[in-house]
Amino acid sequence: MNRAFAIEVHGLNKSFDGKPAVRDVSIAVESGTICGFLGPNGSGKTTTIRMLCGLVTPDSGHGTCLGYDIQRESDQIKRRVGYMTQAFGLYTDLSIRQNLDFVARLYQVRRRDEVVDRVLERLGLAGRQHQLAGSLSGGWKQRLALAACLLPEPNLLLLDEPTAGVDPKARREFWDQIHLLAAEGLTVLVSTHYMDEAERCHSIAYIAYGRLLARGDADAIIRASDLATWHVVATHPTRLALELEARSGVDMAVAFGNTLHVSGRDPARLEAAIAPYRDDPSLAWTAATPGLEDAFIALMDGVPDSRR
Amino acid sequence: MNFGGPFFRFWAVLRKEFIQMRRDRLTFAMMIGVPILQLVIFGYAINANPKTLPTAVVAGESTTFTRTILAAMENTGYFDITGAVSAAEADAMVARGDVLFVVTIPTGFSRQLLRGERPLLLVEADATDPAATSNALSALNLVVQTALARDLSGPLANLNAGPPPFELRIHRRYNEEGITQYNIVPGLIGVVLTMTMVIMTSLAMTRERERGTMENLLAMPVRPSEVMFGKIIPYVFVGYVQVLIIILIARYLFAVPMIGSLWLLSGVLVVFIAANLAMGFTFSTVAENQLQAIQMSIFFFLPSILLSGFMFPFRGMPQWAQWIGEVLPLTHFLRIVRGIMLKGNEARDIWPEVWPLLAFLVVVMSVAMLRYRRTLD
Repeated sequence: MNRAFAIEVHGLNKSFDGKPAVRDVSIAVESGTICGFLGPNGSGKTTTIRMLCGLVTPDSGHGTCLGYDIQRESDQIKRRVGYMTQAFGLYTDLSIRQNLDFVARLYQVRRRDEVVDRVLERLGLAGRQHQLAGSLSGGWKQRLALAACLLPEPNLLLLDEPTAGVDPKARREFWDQIHLLAAEGLTVLVSTHYMDEAERCHSIAYIAYGRLLARGDADAIIRASDLATWHVVATHPTRLALELEARSGVDMAVAFGNTLHVSGRDPARLEAAIAPYRDDPSLAWTAATPGLEDAFIALMDGVPDSRR
Repeated sequence: MNFGGPFFRFWAVLRKEFIQMRRDRLTFAMMIGVPILQLVIFGYAINANPKTLPTAVVAGESTTFTRTILAAMENTGYFDITGAVSAAEADAMVARGDVLFVVTIPTGFSRQLLRGERPLLLVEADATDPAATSNALSALNLVVQTALARDLSGPLANLNAGPPPFELRIHRRYNEEGITQYNIVPGLIGVVLTMTMVIMTSLAMTRERERGTMENLLAMPVRPSEVMFGKIIPYVFVGYVQVLIIILIARYLFAVPMIGSLWLLSGVLVVFIAANLAMGFTFSTVAENQLQAIQMSIFFFLPSILLSGFMFPFRGMPQWAQWIGEVLPLTHFLRIVRGIMLKGNEARDIWPEVWPLLAFLVVVMSVAMLRYRRTLD
């Protein structure tokens, strides 16, 4: 067992009714860090997270979560892991406090009232503690779910798209909270679709079609994608994008307002492809570094959906 | 054209409903299967005119005349004479419900008969379920008129001429006046509990699954047995409240007697309520949604009502239907509750009905535990 890793799993496989959902996924997350788990919808993120906390039994593969075997010691793992489900998983007909009290009792938290008070305070829920969970808006529900995860003082948080459908301010606050927790020594694995959130992670794991495609920090992933990118400001970016994408050497051209991000895997061929447009006075070209999103889309395009 | 608009939209909704109906295979299967099954089971099983009812004989003597009378009784088809027993044994057999009738032939019956003194033939009937015995009792009158016609010929023919040669005295035990409520009201305790307990718990796990709280619950360190008991026990209290209401109404509105021990009844109730709750819990581990859970409950409830002896006499059903009935908790509970309230049964009288309840409880709980998945695989 390696103390430095909170999660260390190798070659996880899982299929449902013969359809592979997760293939040969290996993840290692250092203790006390935030690992962003990215990938398109249906790529196997949720299944992987469920395997980590013992809710789904892997078909093959092995590994540990907090030093406990994910196949044999799921009871130990459940006690020490806070898992926040993608859909709101608490009782809408209980109040905030009643929900937290229920969770605290299941985990046999000592000095329950005190602990519940502390968590309510920490997440700013104290003022609403007697409100029914069902009457809360998305942002508050997410806070309550996080509060429930934190109650048993876990060593690891598994958060499955915690900020889906939450407004930017609430997302920002949520992430500030996650960073505070990591600073206190908690390890966090969080799945997300937001690039700004991915950039706030210490490391990123990118999964598509059940396979792990990239692992590392944001810069490493961008480097690994081997992309060259140019930005061009155009009056009709969409029309230009279609023209450019038709040329060999251009792998993608995506419009962001009036700016077009034009990327290709081979810098020389990309430059050759855009050369005829460089002289157009109505277009302003600048060489740029590719963003995380460009890198991910390039990664995804490189792998056919072999599950179909 | 405004005319087509409403129709097309109505058609869109109708199509969608059919597609969804087809998706939910279990619901669809039940919609087709339930009526077929019910027609077959109930069409063949239910018989409001039960025959070959078990009958004990307390014979003070055995002569040609008594044998002829008993044979005539059997020939009506309503009585199945199990043999001669002592008066005390016969009492116990009626109390336990082993026999529905006791025929007592007093000593000296034949001698009195020959003297033209019109001796008494006593027939006691278990009247806790008046419907089960009424046809048999009316058939007895014919026996009295005609049974001895052939034996009383030649020199004895004069005995045949006047009123019947012996007198029949019918004694309806436990329910002197044959009041139907005495049978129905205690039975309702069992029926109400079966209905509410099974439905309430059958929703227990499906509700968690449908609302999305199941995954969260599974991710927390709680064992299946802890979830099961935690979800079942609150409804035991609900069950007792229902029983209390029914017993009070039975007592003060319908004047149904409470001869036996209320404590004994309360004790057995725990087992009966738990058996139904466990059944409901098992349904809820199988059903995919709340609709299916309710359908399964109804599927359990209907045979409980129809094959348990609540609506129709248990002894009137063919053997295979009785076997199904013997599996159902309500069948045994009906015998227990009528036994305690109307007959004053004690613990040892009802034990033969209690252990099947316990067995049902254990089996169904084990199934529930096996079905409860701790993972989402």
